[in-house]
Amino acid sequence: MTSNRSVQILLYVYAAVVFFLLLAPLVIIFIVSFSSAEYLTFPPPSLSLRWYEVIFGRPQWQNAFITSIVSALTATVLALVAGTLASLALVRGKFRFRSTLYMGLLVPAIVPTVVTAAALFGIFAKLRFTGNVFGIGIGQSVLSLPFVVIVLTATLQSFDIRLEQAAISLGASPLRAFMTVTLPVIRPAMISAAVFAFLNAFDEVLIALFLSGPRTTTVPVMIWNSVTYDIQPTVAAVSTVVMAFAFVLLAVVLLVNRFLRHGSAGGGEKPIAPA
Amino acid sequence: MTTVLEEIGVPKTGPSGAQRRQRGAMTHPLMLLPAILLLGLVFAYPLLDMIWRSFTTPGASGATLDNYQHIFSEASYWKIFQITFEIAVVVTLLCAVLGYPLAYLLSSAPPRVVAPLMVLLLAPLLTSVLVRTFGFLVILAPQGALNQLLAGLNLGPVTLIYNRFGVLLAMTLTLLPYIVFTLYGNMRAIDRSLLDAAQGMGASRFTAWRTVFLPLSLPGLAGGSLLVFVLALGYFITPRLMGGQRDLMIGMVIEQGVAQGNNFGLAAALATLLLAVTTLCCLGFTRFVGISRILSSHGER
Repeated sequence: MTSNRSVQILLYVYAAVVFFLLLAPLVIIFIVSFSSAEYLTFPPPSLSLRWYEVIFGRPQWQNAFITSIVSALTATVLALVAGTLASLALVRGKFRFRSTLYMGLLVPAIVPTVVTAAALFGIFAKLRFTGNVFGIGIGQSVLSLPFVVIVLTATLQSFDIRLEQAAISLGASPLRAFMTVTLPVIRPAMISAAVFAFLNAFDEVLIALFLSGPRTTTVPVMIWNSVTYDIQPTVAAVSTVVMAFAFVLLAVVLLVNRFLRHGSAGGGEKPIAPA
Repeated sequence: MTTVLEEIGVPKTGPSGAQRRQRGAMTHPLMLLPAILLLGLVFAYPLLDMIWRSFTTPGASGATLDNYQHIFSEASYWKIFQITFEIAVVVTLLCAVLGYPLAYLLSSAPPRVVAPLMVLLLAPLLTSVLVRTFGFLVILAPQGALNQLLAGLNLGPVTLIYNRFGVLLAMTLTLLPYIVFTLYGNMRAIDRSLLDAAQGMGASRFTAWRTVFLPLSLPGLAGGSLLVFVLALGYFITPRLMGGQRDLMIGMVIEQGVAQGNNFGLAAALATLLLAVTTLCCLGFTRFVGISRILSSHGER
């Protein structure tokens, strides 16, 4: 494409400014989390790890981390299982209302989360099911499901089903064909979907806020309480830990996918050897 | 050449449509059951129940319109709806204007450049809205990073927080990645040789962009704008942390109503109204633009 040099340079400069604005908050939080001051001053007078000691030492934060992880795992497992099965049915099936069902599974993504959270609170409060870590996870799974469905339907649509059919024609049972041929190919996408669903649930504020109880709160809810009532660098330290956690997971996903793509035997495109 | 999607494992090309619809192994309509059950019990049922409860009040028995009457008669509620709408519209416009050039750059940059830029764009989305808004708080607060910097340069302190500016800034930057991703997906599928052809027929670069590229990118722009608008309508974290007393959004009021707990019906009514407005926007949008055009925004070739 013929490119006008100055327009390109302008765009890059513009992009640099925008990226700076997008990332500045994260960088500032990172820096402030190492501050030794009591209040959020910038630049920090000196560096210290005291706030990290606080969050890793205090039981409330420890419990919050555990609660977050358990609820996020619950949400991820539910969304992954339901989403994968549904995607298989949607992509490969031949029945009416497929596209309607597909859109229906995506609806939670388009409904304002505060509405969903309020509705969940209404039911959970009636059932006295608030303050339950699994309840929080169940509520959050509804937000993770659309994401899993989108990723998996895209992946399955791109998967050449003839590979699986070839395996079946060579004598494998449908299940075996699926496990040995299809699964390795869609596994990277499943892992990515799972990780993103997990992070989504881990970071989720609204549903967790409405469904938390006095002794069962997630990390984002504790951050919310801290930020609205008293701001201390502890919040910055927690935020940095959460960010680091997310980046580490993302890095793991990218590395695992690289490995799976180049490590496995061509990802299912290897010709099936005669028995 | 790998795209971000491929990095996370989603392949690029696929078999033909007829092939896709073949009944393969490991499929059965019943496999939809877990997902339908999950959404039915944990999503649809609570929503319907909440809508039903919006027609109840603590005192009266049976269905009443009291909550809605209360909302529509109080001027303060109208004001809050108006402010919510205003903020959402402005944020959407800002995101569209700021995001379009960025998406354009990403869609036309060489692959080596795109991958790291995508990671940078994705990074904020990995952190929660709360963390990002907190970051803006730290930067823009009266004793925050920005003011410290200005003080060092002997410039006066600026009040960019606890007012509409702070809310708009934080919300726009928080929602920007969503519109950029949507636009990017659309723009990548636009055939650049069309632009070359237009220029070959004598159009200036700008005219080629205006008459060829821009119309083709409109579905992505419209879809991204709808997404941002709908998300912005329901926001309450950002306006709560960054806003002043005149920056009340409907999400904040719903949250207060639920937290206080004595009149869930009223909060439910507000939530139902928000849901209705969102649904109307989506329906209006799909009628106007056509849902098939959005879904096929990748198939411009």
